Amino acid sequence: MTFSPALEQRFEKMLKAYPEGKTRSAVVPMLIYAQDETGAVTEELIQEVAKRCGVSRLQVDEVVGYYSMLHRKPQGKYHVQICTNISCMLVGGTELYEHCSKKLGIGHKQTEPTGLFSLEEVECMGACSWAPTVTVNYDYYHNVTPEMLDQLLEDIRKANR
Amino acid sequence: MADLINLTIDGRAVQAAPGTLVIEAAKKAGIEIPAFCYYEGLSLQGACRMCLVEVEKFPKLQVGCTLPVAEGMVVHTDSPTVQQARKGTLEFLLTNHPLDCPVCDKGGECELQDMVFRYGVGESRYIETKHHVDEKQWSPVVYFDAPRCILCYRCVRVCGEGMGVNALGIVNRGVLAEIGPNEGDHLECDECGNCIDICPVGALTSGIYRYQTRPWEMNHVGTICTHCSGGCKTTLGVRNDQVIRGNNRDRSGINGEFLCLKGRYAFDFLESEERLQTPMKRVDGKLEPISWAEALELAASKLKDAKNPGVIGSTRTTNEESYYLQKFARQGLKTSNIDHIRTGDVTTLIDALSGKTDALATIGDLYTTKAALIIGADLAQQQPFMAYQLRANWRHHQSHTYTITPGPVREDQYSVGAVRCDAGKELDQLESLRDKLKAEASLVIIYGDCVKGDGVRKLVAFGDSLGIPVKYIPLVDYTNSRGALDMGVASDLEPGYKPAAKTGLSVAQMIAAKDLDVLWVVGEDPLRGKDLGSTSAFVIVQDMFLTETAQKADLVLPSASNYEKTGTVTNVTGEVQKLKRAAKTMGAKADLEIMGLIAKEMGLNLGIWTPDKVFDEIRKTVKGYNVPLPVVASGGAAQSQPVNGRVPSNYNPAEIDSDDNTLFTSGTLGRYSKIMNSVMEAPGGLYK
Repeated sequence: MTFSPALEQRFEKMLKAYPEGKTRSAVVPMLIYAQDETGAVTEELIQEVAKRCGVSRLQVDEVVGYYSMLHRKPQGKYHVQICTNISCMLVGGTELYEHCSKKLGIGHKQTEPTGLFSLEEVECMGACSWAPTVTVNYDYYHNVTPEMLDQLLEDIRKANR
Repeated sequence: MADLINLTIDGRAVQAAPGTLVIEAAKKAGIEIPAFCYYEGLSLQGACRMCLVEVEKFPKLQVGCTLPVAEGMVVHTDSPTVQQARKGTLEFLLTNHPLDCPVCDKGGECELQDMVFRYGVGESRYIETKHHVDEKQWSPVVYFDAPRCILCYRCVRVCGEGMGVNALGIVNRGVLAEIGPNEGDHLECDECGNCIDICPVGALTSGIYRYQTRPWEMNHVGTICTHCSGGCKTTLGVRNDQVIRGNNRDRSGINGEFLCLKGRYAFDFLESEERLQTPMKRVDGKLEPISWAEALELAASKLKDAKNPGVIGSTRTTNEESYYLQKFARQGLKTSNIDHIRTGDVTTLIDALSGKTDALATIGDLYTTKAALIIGADLAQQQPFMAYQLRANWRHHQSHTYTITPGPVREDQYSVGAVRCDAGKELDQLESLRDKLKAEASLVIIYGDCVKGDGVRKLVAFGDSLGIPVKYIPLVDYTNSRGALDMGVASDLEPGYKPAAKTGLSVAQMIAAKDLDVLWVVGEDPLRGKDLGSTSAFVIVQDMFLTETAQKADLVLPSASNYEKTGTVTNVTGEVQKLKRAAKTMGAKADLEIMGLIAKEMGLNLGIWTPDKVFDEIRKTVKGYNVPLPVVASGGAAQSQPVNGRVPSNYNPAEIDSDDNTLFTSGTLGRYSKIMNSVMEAPGGLYK
């Protein structure tokens, strides 16, 4: 599997950035940057990253299963993730997720027919202090209320019209 | 040594070395801190939160299994806060854990059951539906039941760190997290089953033991594995005289927590329908069943009349049987034609080391040596326990491992010097490692069957020239290969490496000889793919199965396996260990009993033939075998010390040849283990 020249260059630099024998550290950044380019973490990509970092396929698979920013299938152009773990749940995370689901008309890990939005209910994103938390692609939104979320989705829709 | 650290645990003054973990310091003081994920020798995980303790001046409860002791530390392991935390942890662990204890394999010996019984709250507030996932089969011998898993990572660590296989991992996250195998839906691994042993609950279960019985319905018999020469202890679970499982949960042997698939699963040959149950003699070209009385009489009369008999002993039978057999041959039959099939050159080493003391390594030394050199052996395949020891030594003590092998080996993962060369040219590569080896504090050299005859002398000369303490391990194949040689089942040697008064015929010479009149084969298959030179010889075979040799025999006597015997065996490093009888036999008899009965029939007086008496005689008469009886009798391992005194021998080194067994083969015996053959799909072959 080959990537764009820019990404190849980036990977090359990355593998040298860690101490000798610690190329395993490059697994997460490699997966993220490759996903940005290929749209999803495919089986082929998992094996490629495993080969380049000198780890087993299973070790990469573990990482993909763990992190909510890594996806095995292509997402919408804007991927909305809403946390429903305990801190967020206590201040309305679940309601927020349900509100969003109703608003977009799609459920967990589903994508709009237009391909603009996709939705995912996720585990803790490490922003409990500002619960409930929502991310859209790589941007975090804190202390989100249903109204704020509506506004956010509307703004995105407008910008993409 | 650094000063000891003083701390207080539950009001008791405790001293511990710096770096000791609180859980270990407490254990030494006799205080139990409960834990699931903590496992001696594996990396720290801190996953289960069962070991929470209260430490004064710390605002929150601390994890006892990752917290090192500190001067003046005051620890409470049984305060109300700690008790409450344990109850909470257990309640969480049980939220999705099915309460199927009545049918679970682990029921009765389950750590989660024990913990809940001892520390749990007794009831659950969880009323929601439990998250369920169906169980999965990952290989013929490994099953996984995800809901029972408490995610302690022990299996992941023992597979990765202990075995170096890395076949298990954790997939998904949160409530969906579960153990996953390396090939997505199945395992491609050593099939050692260490993950099953180490599992504190019934999440990983054994394909051959699951749903067979309850742990408390079995007798647990600790004996020595009958396959390779490592000398691992396997604890056989026996119910109604039937061996149901092999495992190593009590870690009572030299092998610690290690056991490979041979010791764990490959006892099923005991129940094979091909097992011989009755003596047979050749009538009109066909083997017909006869009574024991008739068989013994026939054997005795043939042996009595023999003018030029040959005797071939076994690499699996006990020391007592080997000793008695050579005594039978030399004193009873007055022949020196006695030998066994040799799989490694020990004799030349004992000779070359003459004058030295402490030059034979034990398996334990592999865990403490500063450096090891492996020549011409794929340890992970041929000697998995040695591979495990060396890896643990590297993990815990950063020891150095060097290899000279004809192909890649698993030690490459951490070795500091890996030399590749054509098979048979290994010794030519020694010089390339000289400078590195010279700088080591001590060295253990392990060599396979590619080093034999003068090669061994060359190797010892090289070891001497390094100027550091060097110990040796000559590899041999089977559970008592070493014992057969030590006991003098050898054409050139009497017991204790005493040169034979008269050199007899070796195995190859006996097979080729045209004038043997009787060939007596005990527990060996020397005629596999070969024909006996002497067509008129009367062939007597003692074996468990109708091997190729037995098929060519005139008289076949069914014998017991090592799991049905008492006695002692000597492992690859010369350590003597006791066998404990797990099951009884129906028609078959132990080889020692068969030999004793034949001797009686012949009117020979070769001494009492019970294992204990013969072992007494061995301890008194065989050089190096005066091992401490209490150590052996109580299930320990005592190293025999046969070194000293020259051992002149003209044995042809070409006859010394390893069977090159892999993890999934075990010579003749392996062919009769269905379970071993069922996992053959997994990678086999050396140097791959």
